[in-house]
Amino acid sequence: METASSINDTSEAPSQKKTASDNTNSTVKVNATGSVPMNETNIEYPDKTVGFPLVDDPKMSMRDVNVFYGDKQAIFDVNLDVGKNEVIALIGPSGCGKSTFLRSLNRMNDTIDTCRVNGEFHLEGDNIYDPRLDVVELRARVGMVFQKPNPFPKSIYDNVAYGPRLHGLANKRYELDQIVESSLRKAGLWDEVKDRLHQPGTGLSGGQQQRLCIARTIAVSPEVVLMDEPCSALDPIATAKIEQLIDELSSQYTIAIVTHSMQQAARVSHRTAYFHLGRLIEVNDTRKVFTAPDHRLTEAYITGRFG
Amino acid sequence: MSKTTETVRKTLARRYRAEKRFRAYGIASVSIGLLAVVLLFSDIISKGTSGFFETYVQLEVTYDSELLGINDPTDQEQLMFADFSAVIKQSLRQRFPDVEGRTEKRALYSLISNGASYSLRDHIKDNPHLIGTTATMWLLADDDVDVYSKANIATRSETARLSESQQAWISSLEQSGDIDRRFNASLFTHGDSREPELAGLWGAAVGSFFTMLVTVALAFPIGVAAAVYLEEFAPKNKITDFIEVNINNLAAVPSIIFGLLGLAVFIGFFGMPRSVPLVGGIVLTLMTLPTIIISARASIKSVPPSIREAALGLGASKMQVVLHHVLPLALPGMLTGAILGMAQALGETAPLLMIGMVAFIVDVPGGPVSPATVLPVQIYLWADSPETSFVALTSAAIMVLLGFLITMNTFAVILRKRLERRW
Amino acid sequence: MQTGNLLLLLIAIGAAVWYLGYRRSHAVAAPLGGIRHLHSLPSYYAMLAMIWCVLPALALLGMWLIIDDSIIRNSVISALPVAALPTDEVGYNLLMNKIQNVASGALAEDAVQPYVAIAAEHLNSLRRSNTQLLTLFFVCLSVLGGVWGWSRIQPQLRARQRVEKVIQFLLMLSALVAILTTVGIVFSVLFESIRFFGKVSPAEFLFGLEWSPQTALRADQVASSGAFGAVPLFAGTLLISAIALIIAVPVGLMSAIYLAEYAHPKFRAFAKPTLEILAGVPTVVYGFFAALTVAPFIRELGDSIGLSVASESALAAGLVMGVMIIPFVSSLSDDVITAVPNAMRDGSLALGATKSETIKQVIIPAALPGIMGGVLLAASRAIGETMIVVMAAGLAANLTANPLEAVTTITVQIVTLLVGDQEFDSAKTLAAFALGLMLFLTTLALNIIALRIVKKYREQYE
Repeated sequence: METASSINDTSEAPSQKKTASDNTNSTVKVNATGSVPMNETNIEYPDKTVGFPLVDDPKMSMRDVNVFYGDKQAIFDVNLDVGKNEVIALIGPSGCGKSTFLRSLNRMNDTIDTCRVNGEFHLEGDNIYDPRLDVVELRARVGMVFQKPNPFPKSIYDNVAYGPRLHGLANKRYELDQIVESSLRKAGLWDEVKDRLHQPGTGLSGGQQQRLCIARTIAVSPEVVLMDEPCSALDPIATAKIEQLIDELSSQYTIAIVTHSMQQAARVSHRTAYFHLGRLIEVNDTRKVFTAPDHRLTEAYITGRFG
Repeated sequence: MSKTTETVRKTLARRYRAEKRFRAYGIASVSIGLLAVVLLFSDIISKGTSGFFETYVQLEVTYDSELLGINDPTDQEQLMFADFSAVIKQSLRQRFPDVEGRTEKRALYSLISNGASYSLRDHIKDNPHLIGTTATMWLLADDDVDVYSKANIATRSETARLSESQQAWISSLEQSGDIDRRFNASLFTHGDSREPELAGLWGAAVGSFFTMLVTVALAFPIGVAAAVYLEEFAPKNKITDFIEVNINNLAAVPSIIFGLLGLAVFIGFFGMPRSVPLVGGIVLTLMTLPTIIISARASIKSVPPSIREAALGLGASKMQVVLHHVLPLALPGMLTGAILGMAQALGETAPLLMIGMVAFIVDVPGGPVSPATVLPVQIYLWADSPETSFVALTSAAIMVLLGFLITMNTFAVILRKRLERRW
Repeated sequence: MQTGNLLLLLIAIGAAVWYLGYRRSHAVAAPLGGIRHLHSLPSYYAMLAMIWCVLPALALLGMWLIIDDSIIRNSVISALPVAALPTDEVGYNLLMNKIQNVASGALAEDAVQPYVAIAAEHLNSLRRSNTQLLTLFFVCLSVLGGVWGWSRIQPQLRARQRVEKVIQFLLMLSALVAILTTVGIVFSVLFESIRFFGKVSPAEFLFGLEWSPQTALRADQVASSGAFGAVPLFAGTLLISAIALIIAVPVGLMSAIYLAEYAHPKFRAFAKPTLEILAGVPTVVYGFFAALTVAPFIRELGDSIGLSVASESALAAGLVMGVMIIPFVSSLSDDVITAVPNAMRDGSLALGATKSETIKQVIIPAALPGIMGGVLLAASRAIGETMIVVMAAGLAANLTANPLEAVTTITVQIVTLLVGDQEFDSAKTLAAFALGLMLFLTTLALNIIALRIVKKYREQYE
């Protein structure tokens, strides 16, 4: 029993924060007044995800994904492709499994002892969960930005240089300097920090810290960047900056972003996937999802009847 | 394949070797720790097990009233001062009739412990009618005989402290089945003694008991009261901060400093007697108080504020809230901390050396103000003694002490599991 | 009557007062229409009356016991014939001991000078009347207090508040014990040290290279030059502590890391408490282990490879002390390592770092202040550890950095100087207190710095 409850803790802890951020970010949200029955028995799940979950030339493709925490199943039979250089947003109510799904894309779920992932994951033809595939290499190719900015207690420079140093991406000092500068520039942070590169990264503001984390991630030149609610701990101005940054980065990287803010999904993503209680309900063009969703659960969610 | 992937792949082998090495360091470190536990315990147990047994020699004893110097068996005083060692010497001479010469005879007599005559005396006191009869008795052997007889047969003559003729006598006794090993009851019934075969732990155990009694009686109430004050009543000011700093520092002050305090203040200034459990208990109280206060505060802190608010809301005074609700709920945690503090105090030696509890005391103490020693100090004293058989005794005493400590710790763990509430 | 009996008597009187107070509070409440018209519950009135009975009597007893001995001594001494009066402190103590021995019957009366016998007689009579007086005053005060408290029971008396005030005061006294202990420690080591520094100059003590207090026993040699130079002791203490830390810090830290970051939960659940057994083993047991098992083993090992190792080598004591400190370092490190937020680990792993890279480059740097605090606390423990070195280290003060030789430490010397009979004012005894002062100051400084670092570190992640 103890393990089960600890799983709940890990899966619920982020969701509480989501609710908190929801109150500040979401304006369309209206309290559900019984119009949509929330208990599982009354919801008809589609046999198959509606819309277009698959694309022609995917960067990553996931098939029949099931994720379990101990005995509890968190993801049910999800099939999804992420296209090259696209921004895909994963949305859905708290605890719907979108973060779990995202973390399984670069095997961050390996760090949770009780978590078990089934299904096929491919990154450009390489099986992600192939025991022969190296997780270090995978994570160098698929970077991740977390919900709360988590700069290391090191200097700004060392934060960004950390990944390149690990992987030996720079042979000379000036190469490393270049990587740091270009990463910080891409993250739109260079002008703000260029005079204090050797001060601790923890001294920056929340939004700057998150952009530092993004710079840190792209310093390794990953192919895919996963973002787990990158703005939920930030104020609206910092959020706007990050969103702009995502837009700029999308020309070079494939980005999957989990967000709890529907406006954010609408603003930054090309495609949107809607998760509900561990099931992938609908995947469509972002514009379509927010104007004329195919499934009534999606509609209920985006019109704010629950969240 | 991107450039990054390529570069990363090149580094992988090196990095995984480093990973393996790091893991190996970790495993090695844990193994060193675990090995130390195993070594320590196996060493003590292997040395100490024989300390629980003593060697006895079987002899034909004739209670010759003339030798004993008894003419009236009903006279207790005569029995008391009768020369039982003469009887034993005679039995030895009878067993080994061809021993000649003073030195040889003295060597023969030294096979049997001085304590044997006391056990014969007690035997005769209970059965005076045996005087004049002959009986087969098991007599306690001297400690050198004990060590020799317990040692490995093949190598024992190299290390023995016995002369060759003594070794021959023992072999003869062994062949006729007249040497036996029995449970060392004196270890648990006697006080200390210069003779290893007679020395016991009982005096030290009683001393430890009185010392712990004083410590519990002082440390638990004062510790709990201080914790309650600091958690519930103390105003947030400089004095309170100062008290907290003091407590945290005292928890890390070397124990021997508390011994100096006891020596200078309680013995030097207040003129309390040396070597008594009362002073030992007070010193250990001061030493364990920080531990008890810190753990008691932690368990008071773990009582949720909602319970205090509920009681305050019903009109209870602050003191009533504390006495009726907070203390009962925090008690199991406090008891656990107190038991662990007591276990620490029970094993403590250094401060007690300072206040003279290291004296050689044969009598079992009768109360907290009679001179006494305690278990760990007894271990120290025995470990310092030159006789070889004290090694086994010391290890046996350590096993007894560790037995007490393990019991206390287990009890604390059970108490914590059983009674502690999770909020 | 003995103190214990007096206390029992006080409990009895107190219980009686409590009962009477309880009855009276009911009695005064009856005409008003029951106890709900009282200000407080009856038990509070009873308690207040009991407090009046018990506390003043206890205070009297405490004060009496502190001062009566010196008053009696002075009175005995002043009754002595002038010719027999001792001239110095030593003579005074000798005489007093003699009188006390005669008085208690340990010394026959006819074996001493007649004036001692008279003084002993005087002492005995004084003691008798002292006890009688004490009993009389004690019982009177408790009864009077009880009656006073009982008579004050009135419906409008705010008994609960007063009782609570008293209890709170007692709680505060308990908390003050911590300060009193510190004050006691400071005074006991400071005063004797000042007396010591009156005989031996501080510079000589702190910088002298020669330590041989035994030679200073003879009167003509007291404070003779070079006898009290403590540098060899400081060096020995540092040597043994350093060996202990060299063992304990890497092993403890790596075990904590392995158990916190790598080990299977089942292995951790077994290994952690097993390692902590090491912390619960009394130091005297380690001393025995060091002196009888480790030291001979190291000597034989040294012999077999042609090294001469002292039988009480610093290495043996340091090694065993290191083993003792392992669980201390590992549990403190475990605390600080688990306090590093998981977000740090995730952030590093997500960049493709291996576990060991994450630990070495992110977690340990982040936990460094906490680990440093733990190491300082461990150092303070090693310096103050007594039994292991008393049993396994040497007595001779060698100034050497060779771990295979025998060295002595501050704590060993304190024990050697103070165990056994000693007079309070010989330089030898006082030297122990001066060493105690050094030990206290060093460990205090280490503790304060360490606790401050650890506290800062905790605040950072809270």
